[in-house]
Amino acid sequence: MIQIEKLRKVYRARGREVTAVDGVDLTVPEGEIFGVLGRSGAGKSTLLRCVNLLERPDAGRVVIDGRDLLTLNGAALRRARQGIGMIHQHFGLLGSRTVAGNVAFPLEVMGVPRAERSARVAELLDLVGLTDHARAYPAQISGGQKQRVGIARALAGRPKVLLSDEATSALDPETTASILELLRDLNRRLGLTVLLITHEMEVVKRICDSAAVMRDGRFTESGPVTELLARPGSELARGLFPLPPAAPRDGSTVIEVTFVGGATDQPFVSALARRYALDVNILGGAVETVGGERVGRLQLELPGDPASNAEPIAFLRESGLAVEIRTAAGPAGTADTGTAGTGTAGTGADRASGTAASIEEDAR
Amino acid sequence: MTWDEVTPLLWPATRETLYMTGVSTLFTAVLGLLIGVLLVITERGGLLPAPPVNRVLGVVVNVGRSLPFLILMVAIIPFTQALVGTSIGNTAAIVPLTIGAIPFYARLVEIALREVDPGVIAAADAMGATRREIVGKVLLREARPGLVSGLTVTVIALIGYTAMAGTVGGGGLGNLAVVYGYERFEGKVMLATVVLLVLLVLVIQAIGDFTARRLTHK
Repeated sequence: MIQIEKLRKVYRARGREVTAVDGVDLTVPEGEIFGVLGRSGAGKSTLLRCVNLLERPDAGRVVIDGRDLLTLNGAALRRARQGIGMIHQHFGLLGSRTVAGNVAFPLEVMGVPRAERSARVAELLDLVGLTDHARAYPAQISGGQKQRVGIARALAGRPKVLLSDEATSALDPETTASILELLRDLNRRLGLTVLLITHEMEVVKRICDSAAVMRDGRFTESGPVTELLARPGSELARGLFPLPPAAPRDGSTVIEVTFVGGATDQPFVSALARRYALDVNILGGAVETVGGERVGRLQLELPGDPASNAEPIAFLRESGLAVEIRTAAGPAGTADTGTAGTGTAGTGADRASGTAASIEEDAR
Repeated sequence: MTWDEVTPLLWPATRETLYMTGVSTLFTAVLGLLIGVLLVITERGGLLPAPPVNRVLGVVVNVGRSLPFLILMVAIIPFTQALVGTSIGNTAAIVPLTIGAIPFYARLVEIALREVDPGVIAAADAMGATRREIVGKVLLREARPGLVSGLTVTVIALIGYTAMAGTVGGGGLGNLAVVYGYERFEGKVMLATVVLLVLLVLVIQAIGDFTARRLTHK
């Protein structure tokens, strides 16, 4: 279990101050995978490095399995680090050692006797499927294999917690998928608690139980992934389901409906059409499996302005669907265009929140 | 002089050159490595930050590097005398040779250590390795090919220095070339020493290249 409270890290260089992490709170329950999503420079890498104190935070608390790391120093801190696995974007393998030698390194650091070491190394290589490459050098294996070595090495000390620093960012999509699957599998089999940072939506979608979007050192949203997806105005939802930037034509309403889990089974579009005698036009949509649950977003056009569609929209909400109303952007737009043009969502969501229209968080 | 007269001169001179080069290489390797490591780990943000120490070391190394060997050799005669009791001869020559080569090798060590991927050091740190382990098992080990290449360059520079040391009281091939080849106009001696020196350098370079390649796992 990882608990982070009010974490702050400020860098000072030549009289200038940059707040890399600005008061982040975060809890990862045991056995969960938590993803922090953000662009480069958002502070997510600093956040992660503060968890095992590669960077010492200026304020806040970092508690791992009930122990406050900031109270530790020297040998005690090193021992605590031995119980926290970490994997890295560029793998961080020793080029002068074989695959087996790299996995043995943390065991040497921990003072495991030689005889036990080789047995444990064999076990770990088997766990990540690299037994055949034990004697190869890192330069002789592929990126995906290198990350498997990194994972085996990180697990050497039987950690309960694994930190992943953009572990798949240097890999192609197929390799990314196989590494994510391995992480998911290890998480389930070993009960590993994982905190990962990434700029790839794909990673969150595939393996994260919970996620946060980070920008300028803060979390802009945070929670269980399926919950975030159904939350109106969620950047994560927009990033995961990029919908075309459709501005409503005069006398029509464009809504975006997000449905999670059980709600996907209802034939709500035809229900809407029948019940209110509406001609519903589907503009765009996507259905994905996120964290084992089916999640979808649909962009619909209804005849008549938003006011006249209040009743059908209320019906959809009552059916357990999240509904957002898209409004026209620009100076000539309707009165409720307060956030128009400001909505550049992080991480590939740019396509969705185009300049022609923006999603207005609907008044609740 | 005939070739028969030249050859008996060559072996002792070669042996002296090898002796001076060998012993000073040994000292240089150890002390240069130490200073090179200190240069890297004491810098700001290094493994053992100590900026004042770093600055002093940097200045010392730069001063050592900027002195031409001939001048250094003469300038430290009192020191040499205090250390080995004389300033003349092969053993005495080892003192300026070593002092001249240490800063040179220390810089090459520094360059080799800086080539080590900082990500690997961070990874070792995250695993809870001690600084000693990081220096020994990560920095020095990962930099081995560069350290060997640097030492090869240093040994070859030392051979050059021994020739200079030969002109001011040391023995070796340099002395032979000057005393016979230059002062007595013995072209054959000059030719023989040049050939021997070239061969020596080629052999050392080949050994260095081979070793560095063996240590590189690409």
